Amino acid sequence: MRTLIFRTTAPYLTALMVLFSIFVLLRGHNEPGGGFIGGLIAASAFAIYGIACGVSPVRRALYFHPMAISAFGLLVSATSGVVSLFFDVPFLTGLWTTIDLLGLPVDFSTVILFDIGVYFVVLGSITSIALALEEREHA
Amino acid sequence: MAVGATEAIDLSRAMVLAPTGAADWLVVAPVVIPLLVGAVLLMFRHETKPQAGVALAGLAATLVGNMLLLARILDEGPVVMTMGRWLPPFGISFTADILGASLSLVATLVALVCAFYSTTDIGTIGRRYGFYPFLMLMMAGVSGSFLTGDIFNLYVWFEVFLISSFGLLVLGSEHRQLDGTTKYAILNLIGTTFFLTATALLYGVFGTLNMADIARKADSVREAAPLTTLAMFFLLAFGMKAAAFPVNFWLPASYHTPRIVTAALFGGVLTKVGVYALLRTLVMLFPPERAILSGVIAWVAAGTMVIGIMGALSQTDLRRVLGFVVISSVGIMLAGLALGSAEGLAGSIFYAFHSMIVMAALYLLAGVMNGIGGSYSLRTLSGLYSAHPMIAAFALLLMLSAAGLPPASGLWPKVMLVRASLDVGQPWLALAVLATGFLTTLALGRVFILAIWRERADAAPMAAASTTPLLGYLALAALALPMLFMGVYPQPVIELAERAAAGILDASAYIDTVFPEGARP
Repeated sequence: MRTLIFRTTAPYLTALMVLFSIFVLLRGHNEPGGGFIGGLIAASAFAIYGIACGVSPVRRALYFHPMAISAFGLLVSATSGVVSLFFDVPFLTGLWTTIDLLGLPVDFSTVILFDIGVYFVVLGSITSIALALEEREHA
Repeated sequence: MAVGATEAIDLSRAMVLAPTGAADWLVVAPVVIPLLVGAVLLMFRHETKPQAGVALAGLAATLVGNMLLLARILDEGPVVMTMGRWLPPFGISFTADILGASLSLVATLVALVCAFYSTTDIGTIGRRYGFYPFLMLMMAGVSGSFLTGDIFNLYVWFEVFLISSFGLLVLGSEHRQLDGTTKYAILNLIGTTFFLTATALLYGVFGTLNMADIARKADSVREAAPLTTLAMFFLLAFGMKAAAFPVNFWLPASYHTPRIVTAALFGGVLTKVGVYALLRTLVMLFPPERAILSGVIAWVAAGTMVIGIMGALSQTDLRRVLGFVVISSVGIMLAGLALGSAEGLAGSIFYAFHSMIVMAALYLLAGVMNGIGGSYSLRTLSGLYSAHPMIAAFALLLMLSAAGLPPASGLWPKVMLVRASLDVGQPWLALAVLATGFLTTLALGRVFILAIWRERADAAPMAAASTTPLLGYLALAALALPMLFMGVYPQPVIELAERAAAGILDASAYIDTVFPEGARP
């Protein structure tokens, strides 16, 4: 699929999709969206980049191995559950706090932390599978 | 505290408002610790040097958590924690009773010893493929299965350890391993499909997935709902996971292919999770249905033990022999399930402790024998006695134990099972247990005679005859010690097994823990 048009547009498309996936992830708490679907969108972004420009540029761009990203997500999700140990509530209880970001109050919670973890797990594992399949194709 | 509580809403109707002390966290510790350690190990998969050390430390911490949890349950009865503070049955409960916690403890002990032995068996390549992350995630799944109090959550933990076990099986990607893994994966996925179907049907009938909730509602829906069908589905699904007789063919097809440490873990731990799930669903949730099915279960049990051990007699590969011995040990545990009496179930539970340890030890022994003799085949493996008498000592102890002969731990659970089957009036099941013991003695005695006593035919010395497998001896001793203890001083273990059996026969303590407001809906 190394056509000129595809190869030229793919990086822009990828950047846009990754941006959109983060938007979907953050939107997910109160509206449709969330970590899982956001992770899928990001994974398809990297899959498109891989189809257009080859697998090694994707691996270089990701810097970390996709499985390591996935493991990082698992760690974040599990840790977000453990936070409740310090508040006398059971595992995985949602805890909320408001932080002041440049004069703007932002609600921050272990729930969004968990969702970010899910995002990375899905992004890492699906990208890992997609890249492996694409490698096989070109080999 | 930052948890938002609006005055207008009465949170006590939806949430657990009592504070959860740090001690209550023991319930999830055996799952959370391996999960966290596994994630960290997976992130740093290519740092192969510290992997084993971190995994060992993680498993040791899990073991300590398990011990504290069991000690607490023995003191205070079952412990529950419902995730996210939602009231059960809406929140997912982890409910640890004696049965779950003690099995989780023994499984973690076996995993710790296997991880210790793996430092010689798993080289840099195995570590790069992710042996230790898979091991930790598998143990998270196994502990989760033992401790969860929610039937769909049980399914999830089954998936967690199954997927990790696929990874462990295929480690190295040899042709033989791919072949074994494909069979293992496909046949286990069929079993999983049955499990999921049964769970969906159960949810349709009960409208709840919490085990304590199911147990307290079962009597009220029994007239209208097809509970026997459900019980049969669970019997088939978990029977497949446990490698019970008509659906056991996946085990001999795959257990001889992976690294010996992996085989030890699988043979020791995984089939027992299936047996545990059978005990939990059939004895605690659907006792009258278990009574209806007891004839079927008894035939399955007898078939599993006798046909399993006959398979062992016909094999020449040491690992295949052990695979069939694993199957026959599952049959012995199912015998207690078929009887359904307190003593029979206690015998099964005791046998599960024993079998986890002895099967893992036998596989590790096979690994040590292969390390010295250079082969797993009984045709070529020989002359170990003259080279390493210590191996003969370990082998004799383990084989006697597996066959159910004194001094080690196999004797007492079999005594309990035989006595229970005579009490219940099923003497032929007692006969099957005893005959299996005899055939096990033959099958393993054959291994002993051929591999250890037989003189080596060629005069050439063995490849590694001069080096002593010190690490292997240490691992074997770590498993042989609890086994000998259970054999020589069985009273505390029998009491533990009896209390575990009483806990599932009469679920009221279990239900009261989850629903303190009353055992009835």
